[in-house]
Amino acid sequence: MKNTKVQNELKAGQIPSWGKCDPDQFRAWIQENKSLLKADKMTTMEKAIAQYVEDGCYVKLGGFGQVRTSMSAIFEIVRQKKKNLVLAGHTTSHDMDVLLSGGCVARIEVAYSFGHEFRPLRSATGPRLIKEGKLAVSEWSNASFAWRLKAAAMGLSFIPARFMLATDTFNYSGAREIVCPFTHKKYCALPALFPDVAIIHVNQCDKYGNAFIKGMVIADDDAAMASRRVIISAEEIVDEEFFLNDPGKTVIPYYSVDAVVESPMGSYPCEMPGLYWFDEDFIAEYIKSTYDPASLAEHLAKYYYEPSGWEEYLQKAAGTEKLERLKKIARHEEEPPLAKDIWNK
Amino acid sequence: MGSEKYTLTDLMIIAAGKELPDGEAVLVGTGLPVAAALFAQKTHAPRLLLCFEAGGIGPEKVPRLPLTVGEGITAERAVQAATMLGIMSMAARGVIQYGFLGGAQIDRYGNLNSTVIGTHENPSMRFPGSGGANDIGSLCTHTLIIMKHERRRFIPKIDFVTTPGYLSGGNARELAGLPENTGPYRVISTLGVMGFEARSKKMELLKLYPGTTIKQVQAETGFELLISKNLQDIAAPTEAEIRILRTGVDPFGALEFK
Repeated sequence: MKNTKVQNELKAGQIPSWGKCDPDQFRAWIQENKSLLKADKMTTMEKAIAQYVEDGCYVKLGGFGQVRTSMSAIFEIVRQKKKNLVLAGHTTSHDMDVLLSGGCVARIEVAYSFGHEFRPLRSATGPRLIKEGKLAVSEWSNASFAWRLKAAAMGLSFIPARFMLATDTFNYSGAREIVCPFTHKKYCALPALFPDVAIIHVNQCDKYGNAFIKGMVIADDDAAMASRRVIISAEEIVDEEFFLNDPGKTVIPYYSVDAVVESPMGSYPCEMPGLYWFDEDFIAEYIKSTYDPASLAEHLAKYYYEPSGWEEYLQKAAGTEKLERLKKIARHEEEPPLAKDIWNK
Repeated sequence: MGSEKYTLTDLMIIAAGKELPDGEAVLVGTGLPVAAALFAQKTHAPRLLLCFEAGGIGPEKVPRLPLTVGEGITAERAVQAATMLGIMSMAARGVIQYGFLGGAQIDRYGNLNSTVIGTHENPSMRFPGSGGANDIGSLCTHTLIIMKHERRRFIPKIDFVTTPGYLSGGNARELAGLPENTGPYRVISTLGVMGFEARSKKMELLKLYPGTTIKQVQAETGFELLISKNLQDIAAPTEAEIRILRTGVDPFGALEFK
């Protein structure tokens, strides 16, 4: 009797997830579409984005907002003018912001979006799109994405959690309250998240798609397991021996991967830990441009639409000398510039 | 003790740092919380285990304030580069007792808004959202909140509950399903340090900064603030403390912008 009363009082968030959560659909899809055979999956980013990122699809970007972000992929998505993408805002920052400015996104499941963390700078794009009614958002938390992707990677349709309960974050999500059948404690049930495509930048990858990430993986291992299509960009393409000799390095296994792209400096202007630091000047230049539509259009044209490719973008935005300096800062061979010399400009 | 020697941000960082006991673990996001934790490590709490929201655990040293909580320096020569599932599960298991939060609005029960001002559908201000705040505020035993003390921020009813405090007070957190014996522990503001009364869970003024009065705090608080019977005065920072902040914690000079 008491349990029935509790069941009736269980609350539900009001915005259902925009991602897929049915593990049987996922099983059927991968059995139909994915191969366990080792094949050479090397391709160009242009082709990978054209083939696997469809208008309207749900995209999980790897890395963490401004660290190990898939900027060479974002460059292509903006150039190819993809539309109506749905993004997991699992601490998406510079990466998502550029996609928003490029007009590529219609909906975001927000955990952390629109912000640039410690920088005293704020992009105008997200708030403007929300005000204009061009961007729909629901609310989640960072851990909720880690949990939801883990659930999907485990072949489940939901997972219980002890956060998001009793908040407006819950009310504006697609979570629901449930009761534990063992302890009768109340839990937040989170729907599994099976993205249509995951795009992940890594340190090393072989031609089959086995990938290694140095340092913080965030949730990219689970994202790769949970996504229908997976595009990997890598700082360095290595021989399969790299993984055969030390299989613990296989953070992402080849069979989940569809495309492998060699992409040195692929996270620029964001950071790749130990390899290169943020280009704070370029990030600031971008953020400032978002306050004026003409400046933003100019920025996008100059850096995204006009260059012949990623290499030319790197040269235009930074140049060889700057890129070398960013590498030295990451290796602690040179001090980063002082905050006042960057943010006072 | 000229005010030119230290800023309100310095006072907050030092006050927050002093709340962290040696030998415990603290979960930090970007910004002032990292500064507070590093200050604690360089003074009374050298064995404080730093856990960064993006996964870095126990770096031997953090050479400057990270620009983002996932910056490489948070996990160089560290105990572990954990996943997000790993770090948040540590808090869920009770291993990480202390966690830091910030926000645009707070109510008397420590509920926090970092999502929107106005309505969700038509906000006058849009902020980044929960990030890991809801997770930290739900799972850590003691949460410390750092924010500006202004009447428009300390209000009876916040526009959006991003992160749970004590909800409607009393034992509302447990009834909602949140882990037992968790919740806001301190609010470190630009005027002083607040705690929460044990039974009602209403916010209570515990400590005042040098030169700050009860009246001033009340004037900047939009709800009735309890005043502790053992109200304490916080001493002005020493020169040594300020030096640690400038050269040890923030050689990058990022705090000037806070």
